[in-house]
Amino acid sequence: MQFPTITSPHTARPNSVTRTMLWVILALIPGTVAMTWYFGWGILIHMVLATATAVAGEAVVLRLRARPVMPALKDLSAVVTALLMALALPPLLPWWITVIGVVFAIVVVKQLYGGIGYNPFNPAMAGYVLLLVSYPVDMTSWVPPEMLNPHPLDPLQTLSLIFTGQLPTGLDWDAVTAATPLDAMRTELDQNRMISEIRQSPLWGDFGGRGWEWVGNWFLLGGLVLLYKRIITWHIPVSMLAGLLVMAMLFHFIDQETHPFGLFHIFSGGTILGAFFIATDPVTASTTRKGQLIYGASIGVLVYIIRTWGGYPDAVAFAVLLMNLSAPTIDYYTQPRVFGHRDQGDE
Amino acid sequence: MHYPSPSNSHHKLYRFHGGLHLPDNKTQSNGRPARAAALPKRLILPLQQHIGEPAHPTVAVGDRVLKGDVIARAQGLISVPIHAPSSGTVIEIGEHPVPHPSGLPAHCIVIETDGLDQWGELPEPIMDFSTRDPATLRQRIRDAGIVGLGGAAFPTSVKLDPRQPVHTLIINGAECEPCITCDDMLMRERAEQVVAGIAILRHLTGAKSCLIGIEDNKPEAVTEMTRAVASSGQEGMEVISIPTLYPSGGEKQLIRVLTGEEVPSSSIPASIGIVCNNVGTAAAVADAVLQGRPLISRYVTVTGEGVGEPCNLEALIGTPVVELIEQTGGYSGRISRLIMGGPMMGFTLHDDSSPIVKASNCLLAASAAESPDPGPALPCIRCGQCASVCPVRLLPQQLYWYARAKDLEKAQEYNLFDCIECGCCSHVCPSHIPLVQYYRSAKNEIWAQEQEKRKAEQARKRHEARLARLARKEAEKQARLKKKKAVLAKKPAGKAKTGAPDPKQAAIEAAMKRAAEKKARLAAEGATPRNTRQLTEAQQRQIDQADARRQAAGKAEAHTEKPVAEEQE
Repeated sequence: MQFPTITSPHTARPNSVTRTMLWVILALIPGTVAMTWYFGWGILIHMVLATATAVAGEAVVLRLRARPVMPALKDLSAVVTALLMALALPPLLPWWITVIGVVFAIVVVKQLYGGIGYNPFNPAMAGYVLLLVSYPVDMTSWVPPEMLNPHPLDPLQTLSLIFTGQLPTGLDWDAVTAATPLDAMRTELDQNRMISEIRQSPLWGDFGGRGWEWVGNWFLLGGLVLLYKRIITWHIPVSMLAGLLVMAMLFHFIDQETHPFGLFHIFSGGTILGAFFIATDPVTASTTRKGQLIYGASIGVLVYIIRTWGGYPDAVAFAVLLMNLSAPTIDYYTQPRVFGHRDQGDE
Repeated sequence: MHYPSPSNSHHKLYRFHGGLHLPDNKTQSNGRPARAAALPKRLILPLQQHIGEPAHPTVAVGDRVLKGDVIARAQGLISVPIHAPSSGTVIEIGEHPVPHPSGLPAHCIVIETDGLDQWGELPEPIMDFSTRDPATLRQRIRDAGIVGLGGAAFPTSVKLDPRQPVHTLIINGAECEPCITCDDMLMRERAEQVVAGIAILRHLTGAKSCLIGIEDNKPEAVTEMTRAVASSGQEGMEVISIPTLYPSGGEKQLIRVLTGEEVPSSSIPASIGIVCNNVGTAAAVADAVLQGRPLISRYVTVTGEGVGEPCNLEALIGTPVVELIEQTGGYSGRISRLIMGGPMMGFTLHDDSSPIVKASNCLLAASAAESPDPGPALPCIRCGQCASVCPVRLLPQQLYWYARAKDLEKAQEYNLFDCIECGCCSHVCPSHIPLVQYYRSAKNEIWAQEQEKRKAEQARKRHEARLARLARKEAEKQARLKKKKAVLAKKPAGKAKTGAPDPKQAAIEAAMKRAAEKKARLAAEGATPRNTRQLTEAQQRQIDQADARRQAAGKAEAHTEKPVAEEQE
């Protein structure tokens, strides 16, 4: 009798790209629910819109590139990119801006570089940065968190605002939008106000902006799930948070009135989401253990530097993109010592 | 780390990087005692069952052989002989499917068994091995055709002749691959024999310390071996239960676990004073030395959902795989591939008429559920899970990149040749990339290139040698000519006038003189040259005329040399 010749190993493979991406999507659920709770239906609408755009965009490009479409769509990586981007966008952003960002992320940043595994930059962050530099006003018009929002919009109102720009009667933009805590802190610090003064405002909670400060916890919960399922390792999130925290604590220690407390940085903006879901994107991150520590810590430090002295209130996207550039070099210089070798492998 | 076991509560264990906890699937085959496989009608014995030079047949088609007879002798140092596993007649020496990853057929001796299983003459047992010269024992082990039975099949006698002093003998009973239980059953059922073999190996290596490493998923084997070691009275021999973690049965990994030492890259364990042998090899050594019995059978695990009754068989080397399958309940109908070895490192057999060889530890008749098709490979997403499980701490992903790009130099820079092909990286890869396959083919390509380079180097050397030889000859010739010229130049121009006779001229004159004398003597005797006898008149006339012309010409020449010369021109 004759049998097929197949190479080893002959085991059932426990792992797949789809499984990895599916866990990332599942781990986003607590954070998404929290975001929706605090910031309204716009979050979900943008998630759906971004996902549809990403899948359609990926399918079209794959067809143009004459590559099999279904296997690539089934890996769910386009969905993950879309969801991460939607979570970073202001909830009331006009629909076409989201479409532009997602198309840029999927078509240019991902597919034009060869598709999954070949893109040097994180597509979601590159798309986000494109929108941030192109539509700075729209991209910084967030909504106030639920407890501070005098005019919460219902789903239909939100839908209508996103797709037609039609505000409910009697409301204007200023009534439905607000700056993010990072933005507010920055603006006020630029006006030479002391942090103790700034924090008098009802906008502030225990250590960050009200509402905002609790969203991070839910993303953190998802991140712990990813750690537990070994979809990610602790190296990048921990080093990134540590890098940011060390910088923040240091400058807070030097001058408490112009530099916010460390936890403010950790639980503001995209820090937690970035640490567990974005910086850990395997394709664009460093892959050696030592390299991941350097990569993560550098993102943390860069986030602090850009937030404090740079031109933008949040900096996770810029920091991640800058470190994407450095990842291959970091990998090269941080090769582990191979079994039976005395020295580093990179000599 | 603490692992409860009576014998190793005090032995410190070490970790290697990565590794995998795999479902071990061993209970399917280790529930029943091993039994002897039935004598097959035909035995197929590949000449190359070991690393090194293939054996050379010493029998011809039609020869009758007895069980244990040498049928092929070792060629060179790294080689072993092959013995007839049963009595019968040699019916063929030629190409036959063999278990080899390449799937290519190879040279085999085929014996038709006669059913008598009649033993030939065996060498004397050596019971007092501890008083014998190691060289004698090594020769016995080599003559018995013993190779490493753990899978590598390296001639054991060579391994037992290390150039460095050995302080530790490590016996590998880890059997870390899932599904395989042949070493487990051997240790359970023949612990005494294994320990007797270990004692011989220890005597040969001179190792003070002897550590027997067994994974803790084999508690019965640990118990049996501990008991056998205790009753053997061997000092400094210890059975150590080690945590089950694939691939702790890899030689270098086991050494690391038991001693904490790392065998340097591209070195053998002997370079750090350690020799490692498999438990099956130890049992074979005991047979060879204490009974004079050559290596003609081994424990083979037959398992998987593709066979009816998974179990262990003691099979004769050369037994066709299909016969072992038939004796274990036959194909169950669920088989999707036939694997020789375990699921992690084994290779698929294309043809089940291939025989069991010395290195065959397991036949895995895997169902589609056990070995599902992983589907097409997707692009690498650089997740790094491969690196986190690699027991050698390689960067499999970078290696893959370079192997795929055929950047072989870079692949070597990333330590391609430290890869032990354990398959951990491929197993965890979310993109189902056959990583190990890429490394194997890169290694093969490098070997082929090196061979090519060696050949080219040899050709270049040969060419250079030829040029040098030609140049030397030319120089010698020139030197000779120069010398001659110098000699000639030294000689005065008119040597004849000096009266000194030219030796050449003298020789010519002597020869002419001799010829003339001979002619005269013959004339005196009345003999004439043969071809002048019985001439016709016309011929005689022609000759006379010619003579006359010659004489006339001779006279003329004497006076008018120049005009004649001109005429000739």
